[in-house]
Formats: sequence, C-alpha cells, structure tokens
Amino acid sequence: MQIRRVLIANRGEIAARVIRSCRSLGIETVLAVSAADRESLPARLADRAVCIGPGQPAESYLKIETVVQAALSTGCDAVHPGYGFLSERAPFAQLCEEQGLVFIGPTAAQIEAVGDKLRARAEAEAAAVPVVPGGAVQDLHAALILAEKIGAPLLIKAVGGGGGRGMKRVDRLADLPEAMNMASAEAGAAFGDARVYLERYVDRGRHVEVQVLGDGHGKVIHLGDRDCSVQRRYQKLIEECPAPVLDDGLRSRLHAAATRFAARLNYRGAGTVEFLLDIDRQEFYFLEMNARIQVEHPVTECVTGFDIVAEQFAIAAGHGLRLTQQAVSFNGVAIECRINAEDPLHDFMPNPGVVTSAIWPRGAGIRVDTHIEDGARVPPFYDSLLGKIIAHGATRGEALQRLAQALAATRIEGIKTNIDFQQSILNDAAFIAGGVDTGFLTQRGNRNG
Amino acid sequence: MTLSANDVAEILKALESSSFDTLDLEMNGVKVSLRRGAAGAAVSRLAPLVQRASTAPAAATVVAAAPATSPPPGTKAVPAPLLGIFYHAPKPGEPPFVTVGSRVTEETIIGIIEVMKLMNTVRAGVRGEIVAIPATNGELVEFGAALLFVRPD
Repeated sequence: MQIRRVLIANRGEIAARVIRSCRSLGIETVLAVSAADRESLPARLADRAVCIGPGQPAESYLKIETVVQAALSTGCDAVHPGYGFLSERAPFAQLCEEQGLVFIGPTAAQIEAVGDKLRARAEAEAAAVPVVPGGAVQDLHAALILAEKIGAPLLIKAVGGGGGRGMKRVDRLADLPEAMNMASAEAGAAFGDARVYLERYVDRGRHVEVQVLGDGHGKVIHLGDRDCSVQRRYQKLIEECPAPVLDDGLRSRLHAAATRFAARLNYRGAGTVEFLLDIDRQEFYFLEMNARIQVEHPVTECVTGFDIVAEQFAIAAGHGLRLTQQAVSFNGVAIECRINAEDPLHDFMPNPGVVTSAIWPRGAGIRVDTHIEDGARVPPFYDSLLGKIIAHGATRGEALQRLAQALAATRIEGIKTNIDFQQSILNDAAFIAGGVDTGFLTQRGNRNG
Repeated sequence: MTLSANDVAEILKALESSSFDTLDLEMNGVKVSLRRGAAGAAVSRLAPLVQRASTAPAAATVVAAAPATSPPPGTKAVPAPLLGIFYHAPKPGEPPFVTVGSRVTEETIIGIIEVMKLMNTVRAGVRGEIVAIPATNGELVEFGAALLFVRPD
C-alpha cells in the first residue's frame, strides 16, 4: 500500500524530525498537539495540527482513543508514534490496526513481548543471546554450584526484595556460605520470604546498543552499534556511533546477537537491542529491546547514510527491507549531545519557560534536531529535551572537535540548559580516551563535588 | 440592529478564514446561512485533501488550518472539552439539542462529542442566548474549538 497521510502522535524535536522525512517522501502530515504545543514549531511545520487536549499528557498525548479518533477524522492512513508517550503501548498499536490505520512500528504482540522483562529475557535465552548469568537457588549446595558457573564478584538478591534492598555483594566465592546464610536470614525477616537468587555482578559496564530493522517476516539487518554509557540517573546524555574502543570480534557478536533476537520475534520496523557490556570480562548481556525509534538514532544515520524514519515508513507500507546487510557501510564517527532545559547547578532541576533566543550551530558535519527557536515555549508538562547536536567526522577526534566547536557556538537564552555541563564532559580526559562505563558521571560528580 | 452588506462581507471573510464549512447566524429576525463549496457536496472522511501527483512533495497548505474562530462581540465561546466528532442531536433524525436563539443555562446539554464510539455529553457551562453554532454536525472538533457562541445574561 501507499501511505499518503500520517498522524504524528508526538511532540518536540522528534515530531519535527518525522515531518522532515515525510516532506521528502511526499507524505502529508497531521500533528496531534496538546493545547500547550499549539504554537510549537512542529505544529507549524505539519500540514495540519489538531488539538487533542490540554497540556497534561494524561489528557492529550497519552489518550489512546482520542489520538486514534483524530487520525481517523483527519483522513490519515497511518500513525507514527515517535518515542515515549504511546510508542510502546500495545493497546494503542492494536487499536490503530483494528481501525485500519497502519501503525508505524512493531505489532502489538511484539511490543508486549519485549515490554515484559521476564518474557524478553526468556526470548533472549531462546535466541542464544546472553543474559546476565544467574538464577534462583534452593540451598547452599545449589548456590555453590551456580556460583562456580557465574564467577565472582556476584550478587545475592532476595526473591521478595526490590530496589536494592536485601542485596549482598560477594567478591570471593569462599565468602559465599556466610553471605548466603546472612542474606537468607535477612530476606526472611525483611520480606517474609527467605528465597534468594544469585546474579553476576558487573563492576564496570558500558551501555552498548544495536540498531536493527526487521521486515516482520524474520528478515533482520543491523545498522551498527551505539555507545550510550554517559548517563545520569539512567538518562542518556551523550551517544556515539560506533561504540569506541571495542574489540572487532565482540562487536560482530553484539550485532549477530541483536539480529538473532529480533529475528526470533519476526520483528517489524526499527528497534534497538540494548546490552550491558562487561568491561572486565569482555562479555555482554541482553538488557532489553526498545520497540521504537530512539532519541539517539541520528548518530547511526550520520554514519550509515540511511534515513531510519524513511525505512520505518517503507516497512510499515509493506515494502519490506529495501537494503541488504551488505549494502550497509559505516563511514566515520558521529557523536550526539542532548541539550536539556535543566539546571546543572541545582541538581539538574527541569527549567521550563520561554526561550527568548535560540542560536543553533551550523557547519561541516553538524546536524541539529530541534523544535526550539526564538520565542519557543518549554512547557512544564514534558521532558526537558530542547534538541540534539550531532557531529560527524572521519575520525572520533574530528567528530569530538566539531562537536565541541558546535556547543561553543550554541546560545540558548531565557532558560537554563546543560550546554556548559556537556562541554565539560567533552573536555574530560576519560571521555576523550573513549569507552567510559556507566558510572562515569557519578564518579566524576563525586570527584568534583 | 440590522445586517448591512458590509456585515455580510465580514461574516463571509470570517467563514473563509475558518475551517468550518457552514455558518448559521440569526439575530433580530434576520437569518444568514452560509455554506462553503458546492451545496450539499458530501465530503468523504477519507477523501484526499488535495489532488497531487504521488511524486510531488507535499505542499505546506494542503490541509485546512485549525479553527481560529473568535467570538462575535459581546458573546462567549463554549469550547469543546475534548477532541471528537460533534453531534447537534441525540440521534440522527432527531431535533438538535439547541439551535440559534435557544436559551441555555450552565447545565443545558448542547451536543455530543464522540470519541471512538464513546459518547460524551457537552453542557453549555454558561447562561444566555445562543447567537451562532460554528461547529458542524458530524464533523471533527478539536479540543478548545468553539462549539457555540452565547450572549451571556
């Protein structure tokens, strides 16, 4: 089929991004906006904007029936969910399909399969994709056998626990019996459930993910990997493609594992398989799959030259995969900084308001994905992402240099941003060397704080 | 008060720049009914908003602009509390809940907004006399769009 008109069920920079691809594809766009986003740049870029509710996302962007009604009533034949909001809500994908709207993403069943952590782990194991070694143990004898397989260091966790409570770290296997007894007794007292399980402890881990595209019939290709280890409270701040300082063999195994996982699900559309890379052991474990476009997809686009949103549309329209794995090549390095409306001096408090002036960088190898211009409002209802600055270079050094120059040329007035904080990371010797672990920002904060 | 030719021209301009297809205005015994485009031309929900070659890039102005109807002087708009299909009457063929000239109180039901088969009754929320009903029966209304204009008591 041919998709002629799409409803974009999102806001902010990703709405502007999807509209841009639709323009080049000749697809009309209807943007569902909340009352807080009526005057936004994406609302003006879209062929039409329809107001679906007040600013609070629960009353607008998260209302499944309202969004579907808006798509039907404006004559759309497809829906693009972007990321966040309804993008990984199976009932939304299902209602779209029931109403004859093409959902630009995976099937509702696939969203469910990867959304359930236990189910996703089981699928990973079935696809011979490594997961963090571990399991429940009945007694000390079983624990010793399993611990031998897992290796030290490892964690003892209470089955009934959560949020880090009831956890014990064991650095030497000789300490296991004593730690087991204590953990079991504590778990029984704290949770009324003495059962424990063991899990490998990853002291230094990197977040490495693989971008995949699937045709929905078992054919899957990958568009390489990304490193997103620079995180603050699990929020990614800097992403790069390809992951730096990575052994070629390990990289190939990551790519193969990601495509195997997606192929097992007959995955349809663009998705990302996330892994924890154990630096000391040089092994990786499946974390989860994101069944949507990622915020950080531009770094992959810069390096591969493909428009991932355009491929999403092609797959959704039933054209399958238009590229073969052999046709995917990787050119240079791309690094992205997320620019957020938050105040690094006050514990990164979100800082909504009006952007009085916005000057974004330009230049060779620089791409900016944003919805923020002079006079733009940053409503308090949504995430604080103002835009993404992406630098592409022939080498990582060139990309870093371009990115630093681009950040220096960026001026966002009227609200506080994390631009200075991002610049300080780009100047950090460990980051420049490449391959930092996910504890990088925390350790840096402890040093500086 | 009577309507002059200039007034009618102004009203036509207002309709032209809005996204509505019909406008019914009644004041002091004068009734004006305006309809955009060919009389009675049925518009299919899935009809393309523009005819164009499939290879041509989408023009920026292919779709009607969002409603920007401002209330006539001295009146108050009753806004749509949610996006959906607006119905004047409880069922097809039945008389509308209200018409131009009807008196309403805060609690008067003035229409229904359907969202995916779920019918939501809409109340006036204001006391007064209806002077215009800009929202078209059976058409999409956006959140906040003017359903009626009421001259408050």
